[in-house]
Amino acid sequence: MKCNRLVDAGRRQFLRGSGVAAVGAAAAATVGAQAAAATPLARVSFPESRLANLADLAVNEPMDIAYPDADSPGVLLKLGQPAPGGVGPDGDVVAFSVLCPHKGWMLSYSAGDKTLNCPGHHSRFDCEAGGQQVWGHATQNLPQFLLRVDDKGDIHANGVDELIYGRLSNVL
Amino acid sequence: MAFKRQVDRLPIIPADAQEFNVTCHYCIVGCGYKAYTWPINRQGGTAPDQNKFGVDLSQQQPTETEAWYAPSMYNVVRQNGRDVHLVVKPDINCVVNSGLGSIRGARMAENRPSRVTGTQAQRLSDPLVWRNGVWQPTSWDDALDLVARVTAKVITQGSEDDLVLSVFDHGGSAGGYENTWATGKLYFQSMKVKNARIHNRPAYNSEVHSTRDMGVDELNYAYSDYEATDTIFMVGANSMETQTNLYLNHMVKGLQNGARFIAVDPRRTITVASSEQYAGKENVLHLAIKEGTDMALFNAILTHIVDNGWTDTDFIAASTFQGGMATAQDEAHPASMGSLDYAMQTCRTSLEQAAEICGVAAEDIAKAAEWIAKPKEDGARRKCVTAYEKGVIWGNDNYRTIGALVNIALATGNVGREGGGVCRLGGHQEGYYRPSDAHVGRPAEYVDQFLIRGLGGVHHIWACDHYKTTINASEFKRVHKRRSDMVKDAIDAAAGGTREQVVDAIVSAINAGGLFVVDVDIIHSQIGQNAHVILPACESNEMNLTSMNGERRLRLSEKYMDPFGNSRPDALIVAGIAQHMEHVLREMGHDAYADQFKGYDWTTEEDAFMDGYHQGNPEVTYDRLRAMGNNGVQEPVTGFADGKLVGTERLYTDGRFTRHGREDGKALFCAAGWRGWQAPGKAREQAAHRFWINNVRANIFWQNQFLDQKNDFVQDRYPYPFVEMNPDDMVDLGLNPGDLLEIVNDNGVTQGMAYPMPTLKRDTVAMVFGAPAGSQGNVVNPGVNELVLPDYKHCWGEIRKISDATETVSGVSFKSHEVVL
Repeated sequence: MKCNRLVDAGRRQFLRGSGVAAVGAAAAATVGAQAAAATPLARVSFPESRLANLADLAVNEPMDIAYPDADSPGVLLKLGQPAPGGVGPDGDVVAFSVLCPHKGWMLSYSAGDKTLNCPGHHSRFDCEAGGQQVWGHATQNLPQFLLRVDDKGDIHANGVDELIYGRLSNVL
Repeated sequence: MAFKRQVDRLPIIPADAQEFNVTCHYCIVGCGYKAYTWPINRQGGTAPDQNKFGVDLSQQQPTETEAWYAPSMYNVVRQNGRDVHLVVKPDINCVVNSGLGSIRGARMAENRPSRVTGTQAQRLSDPLVWRNGVWQPTSWDDALDLVARVTAKVITQGSEDDLVLSVFDHGGSAGGYENTWATGKLYFQSMKVKNARIHNRPAYNSEVHSTRDMGVDELNYAYSDYEATDTIFMVGANSMETQTNLYLNHMVKGLQNGARFIAVDPRRTITVASSEQYAGKENVLHLAIKEGTDMALFNAILTHIVDNGWTDTDFIAASTFQGGMATAQDEAHPASMGSLDYAMQTCRTSLEQAAEICGVAAEDIAKAAEWIAKPKEDGARRKCVTAYEKGVIWGNDNYRTIGALVNIALATGNVGREGGGVCRLGGHQEGYYRPSDAHVGRPAEYVDQFLIRGLGGVHHIWACDHYKTTINASEFKRVHKRRSDMVKDAIDAAAGGTREQVVDAIVSAINAGGLFVVDVDIIHSQIGQNAHVILPACESNEMNLTSMNGERRLRLSEKYMDPFGNSRPDALIVAGIAQHMEHVLREMGHDAYADQFKGYDWTTEEDAFMDGYHQGNPEVTYDRLRAMGNNGVQEPVTGFADGKLVGTERLYTDGRFTRHGREDGKALFCAAGWRGWQAPGKAREQAAHRFWINNVRANIFWQNQFLDQKNDFVQDRYPYPFVEMNPDDMVDLGLNPGDLLEIVNDNGVTQGMAYPMPTLKRDTVAMVFGAPAGSQGNVVNPGVNELVLPDYKHCWGEIRKISDATETVSGVSFKSHEVVL
């Protein structure tokens, strides 16, 4: 999220877990509990992870998060306008995976038009339209994280609506 | 809310899954993919020894991993009568795409027909015959018998000129060497049908006559030339949008190696924007010329190169014609040709003249000439690849404009050398192998007008939908429907009659001006609404199919699933028609004529391949192609050695140019004289209307929109055909994003959805081409060039609002397409 220009970096792998260790630990604990279930279920059971508190967010300033685990980086956004999938008192808090579903490059946020953009092959996704691909090469729209806000204003993620790049099961 | 598949887990490809070579059949680039199938009751696991990739899939995989596939790359299909899992994913070992998937090709699996998952339920499964007021399913024998009886009766009462043919001539989906050979053998060998047209234009002709007449085949380079060049000179094309992985995997590498990029296009395209990102703005020159003025620009660039002595004199002396005029202008040749000096007498154009005509700065034209040809400081020549497509092919004065462009490549010695080439970029893959079409003539018949004039009695249509892809479409559709309805009415009136009585009723209706329509397609198309017999074909990978891509790379794309329902390969449908024609003609007492329809005893598509392409290219067999995998072999194939087919990386490396058939092997320059608007009616239309209606392509469904009209991911993005407009023009007309509008002129009306695009010039719009729900061809006039090449690109009209945006578009993003980094 910090580096907007990766064009010259060539093919790179994103760094696993950097800056998201706390969330990762929380997720890992949940996954561990899940693994104890005896009978496989028809669908993946998503962990619930606390991402932040509403008070931590400023309008149009992206916050790095990870969900469902530390190896799946994402972004938490308060858009300032109600948006599809948005939660909170203004219905404007959304979260997305930032791994481009084309080839897994790390997306960067453009605050100017509230899109996530891929430095690798120039795909871009609209945070105000449920992660719809505005233009690009991915064959799916951007995975959006399902959110819940509790009484204390804590924002929790508890689901994903598309397959995250680089994993054949959203919960590993 | 954007469309989401709600897939949170996919079946894992087991280590022992079957593996197939797949060439994406949608576009010219032909990216390599691998298909994997395995039994429905089995699955792989996350442990390295349990999956095809040999990696631990319980871990997150890295950027650009081979070990991931999207939900769009998965489906359940029929294989040998059983349901199997299917994954089709990009092949990292294919040199064309190096593992990159496009937004089209990476949905091949999802766009397969499946009764299990319900995808592509629009695919035709059975022959249909118009009976009792509807299309009734029937057997192949019944349908083919009716086709043969009506066709035989019409062409024996009249002549083969009464049989009108619309037919693909390309590779990939719907085409390929198997199917072009089969259709060619039926219509050009067993018969001599001359009233023929191709899927996207109203006659049976080349799209690039002039480059061939100059001796230069239009596909002469290797894609790797983009990586080795100093300058990419792109005209009337938008490769980031269309030939996406050619751009990303080859052109971008060239830009990253230091190449400069020149784009000639009235519109700022996504290719211009991305090239600025990859190469830096200072290395990108966009010449945003006035529409239709390309030739004047090329002539000025050539003049500047010649006057500065930047030509490749050795190449010109050795490889191009010397001594004045070589071929004269005549009815079949819209320009004369000869030596460079000869052509310059006509082409000479000053920078200032061109600046005035084209509306771009003289210094920018000079800069383009420098980037193409000014030698480097050490005296070395610059290498330049020239690439062009529909902007000039479907543009003003096709013959001379393309000639003027090829002149530049020849004058600078940029053909037949590494880092050079002057090539069309292409749409479909190629796959043309047919008996001689010389009887069609040049210029060929303008078949749309032939039909509109009430001529022809039987229309055989192979994978063409002129409702979406022809010019003057409004009139064409009106007449085609009226004439075919006459035959439908006659069939309805003869209901309950014997086959003989129904055939007589059909022929009577034809004699009264009706048209009997046979439509061979994979879906029930729009022109198929006029059909009386509909024959279901299958696609690549439901059959084996060979094609070549834009660098002449020939691959066998393997069959991995059954044809849907009772559909068949086109080649075997041809065989069925031929066999029925033979039988019917013999029954009618025309024994000699019936004998012409022998030789179709094919039981597989491979039989058709061996009967056609293999006869001309005896080294090439299915087994050998299969062994060459997704990298295949570049045509022409010259031999077989060490267990491999031997191909040709690029053409004309010996400096001998042969495409025109001249024995001297000398390329010709084109005397490309500028004459303003060439096609009739264009100047008047331009003067009469405010908006230039450019037609453009979209990466999301380019070359497969016929399938994507039933694909949820695509329909969610563009539920209606987009019409990109400058936002200030939208304000003028009271249009908000997503509002429905119509475009109107004397030719007709079409409908679309307003999409703001700040980079567009005022008073121009960019409407998507070939949309099922809004044919841009409705408003294009009938104007063609001397060789019946359509000028789709030049059309003007008025725009008015129809409706506020509907609820359907409430979730659609209307943001700019250009990446923001």
